[in-house]
Amino acid sequence: MSQAEAVRRVNPLWTLGLFRSELLTTFRRWRTLALLGVLAAVPVLVGIAVRIETGNGSSAGGGGGGGGPAFISQITNNGLFLVFTALAATLPFFLPMAIGVVAGDAVAGEANAGTLRYLLVAPAGRSRLLLTKYATVMTFCLVATLVVAVSALVTGALLFPLGDLTTISGTRISFSEGLARALLIALVVAVSLIGVAALGLFVSTLTNSGIAAMATTVGLLITVQIVDQIPQLHALHPYLFSHYWLSFADLMREPVYWDDLTKNLGLQALYAAVFGSAAWARFTAKDITA
Amino acid sequence: MAPYESDDMTTAREADEPRARRRRAARYVVPVTVMGVAAATIGLVPAIADSGDPDLPEITAAQLIEKIAKSDVERLSGTVKITTDLGLPDLGGLENSLASGAMGQGEDGGSSADPSAKLTELASGTHTLRVAADGPDRQKVSLLENAAEYSLIHNGKDVWGYDSGSNEVYHGTVDASGEDREQQPPATPKDFAEEALKSVDDTTSVTVDGTAQVAGRDAYKLVVKPRQSGSTVGAISIAVDHKTGMPLKFTLTPSSGGAAVVDVGFTKVSFDRPAASTFDFTPPKGAEVTEDGELDHGREHSGKPENAPKSEEDLAKGLDGLKMLGEGWNTVATFDTGTEGGLPTDLPTGGAGGDLDGFLGSLGDQVEGEFGTGTVFSTRLVNALITEDGKVYVGTVTKDALVKAADAGK
Repeated sequence: MSQAEAVRRVNPLWTLGLFRSELLTTFRRWRTLALLGVLAAVPVLVGIAVRIETGNGSSAGGGGGGGGPAFISQITNNGLFLVFTALAATLPFFLPMAIGVVAGDAVAGEANAGTLRYLLVAPAGRSRLLLTKYATVMTFCLVATLVVAVSALVTGALLFPLGDLTTISGTRISFSEGLARALLIALVVAVSLIGVAALGLFVSTLTNSGIAAMATTVGLLITVQIVDQIPQLHALHPYLFSHYWLSFADLMREPVYWDDLTKNLGLQALYAAVFGSAAWARFTAKDITA
Repeated sequence: MAPYESDDMTTAREADEPRARRRRAARYVVPVTVMGVAAATIGLVPAIADSGDPDLPEITAAQLIEKIAKSDVERLSGTVKITTDLGLPDLGGLENSLASGAMGQGEDGGSSADPSAKLTELASGTHTLRVAADGPDRQKVSLLENAAEYSLIHNGKDVWGYDSGSNEVYHGTVDASGEDREQQPPATPKDFAEEALKSVDDTTSVTVDGTAQVAGRDAYKLVVKPRQSGSTVGAISIAVDHKTGMPLKFTLTPSSGGAAVVDVGFTKVSFDRPAASTFDFTPPKGAEVTEDGELDHGREHSGKPENAPKSEEDLAKGLDGLKMLGEGWNTVATFDTGTEGGLPTDLPTGGAGGDLDGFLGSLGDQVEGEFGTGTVFSTRLVNALITEDGKVYVGTVTKDALVKAADAGK
């Protein structure tokens, strides 16, 4: 024990090294790259679809206003809105599914491949390894969101005009402020995924099968989304991690409506704390057999 | 010796294993504690925040009403939460017509960005509104929706309605010299309070019932109650800001008990001047703009039934013969639809009266009295009686009182 502590004190940068190698392993996987590719394709598809539909001058999603993801009717006026539409379209399913795959794989995948015990042979300690895994998954959340946002911005700039934009409250903001808000929205979306990431990591510590962990996480995600749609269960809704996801749209109000945004951030922090510590409790006490 | 040895080993392991298991279990204390702390925080923080009504100097009901009347708040911005529960299934048009008829919220009908189409949505469910005002010439009301917003902006001569969900714009103009007070849609607690205080007479008891905190401000609570029995209105509670005299919260509870029928209150309020850009509006590129010249005179008489939507012209015709029976809270409005034989097909259901005919019949209760027979449609606040000979009695009174009024009116 004292020896391990000594090693830890000697190598404060060890965690960073571990983190770097974890990041490299994660982002070099074909499966990760494929997920990011799919995410990047969504805004391109949406952009092209809107472009084709409005080619004859009609406005997309007009009239009823109920159909399609949020902001879709404004894309033709300003390409920047494609960023918001793309995030609104991917946040309910594509993004969390990608996070579920990466998070579910984090520990269970190593155990499945038989590499977990080698990782633990290194004097890093289980808590530190778990923290590193969680940091990697959160980095993936951010990267995945930014991939969607950047792909949407590029597609929007190529297909539609850019310029000053009208907030959903009807006021005007400059293009640079719009860009700043788009970045802020991307960050909020990334943070919205922290809850799923923690849940996926916890599930990942429960099993030695990477596939089982991914399937469970994605299954839980779908279940939670369904429960969130059932009006009779409204008492539960404020505690579901996906309930306030679309509140990022409140950043496009003028002035910004913070109520739901802060609730969302608080809820994600709560999920991270509960499932993060549960994952820690499980992982540090677990028999590693593979 | 061997058996003894193995025995020792098993006992040692048995002693060791529960300890190890206990140590493992102890780790789960952390997530459980986190959850407990979170639950306690969620449960306790509102309780702590709510504790203690503010200490304010005593005031009489008359002084408080005067304070409301004198209140001249011209600049404010805030968030209003409005909950209405009329006790009807979500019937869209029917509910809207009942509500607009009863509360004097007459609006004009039209396109998706049209003010009335959106603001009548307030007649059911819970909605969040943002209001801002700067003097009589500039007001803005926004209805917050999922990832969209409907804004009604009045700036000088222009009235803009903007529906960001469908990117549609509605534009109208008002006479700048006109009575601008009327321009503000009945969305704030103040509008409701003024409506309620209009009906204060000797049939009403008005008391000051302590103090309360509303939107972080100290407020007096004014309670208005009907003295007569037979009204469906149980009590109206109005929270009045002690500094500005501005009503901050309006709650109408029915005499039958249960949740409030109408609950309108500020959750945030500021009396600073809102940013000028709040009221600036230029239609976004590509937005569909609907011009409407009728808006101005529609607005001038806002609240009068003659301005019922075009689709409800028949109702308006019927309302020409509007008579009031009874007094105070038990006033019953009656008019003759001129349609013999029960339910008129031109009932105010937003044009779809014929189709809804049978459906409506199944919703009502058959009643009999000296007036003959008829059907009573009940909500938690407004009851309506439609007789066989085509007469309609509407009021915020109980079913029995309605039948009595019909008998008396015969």
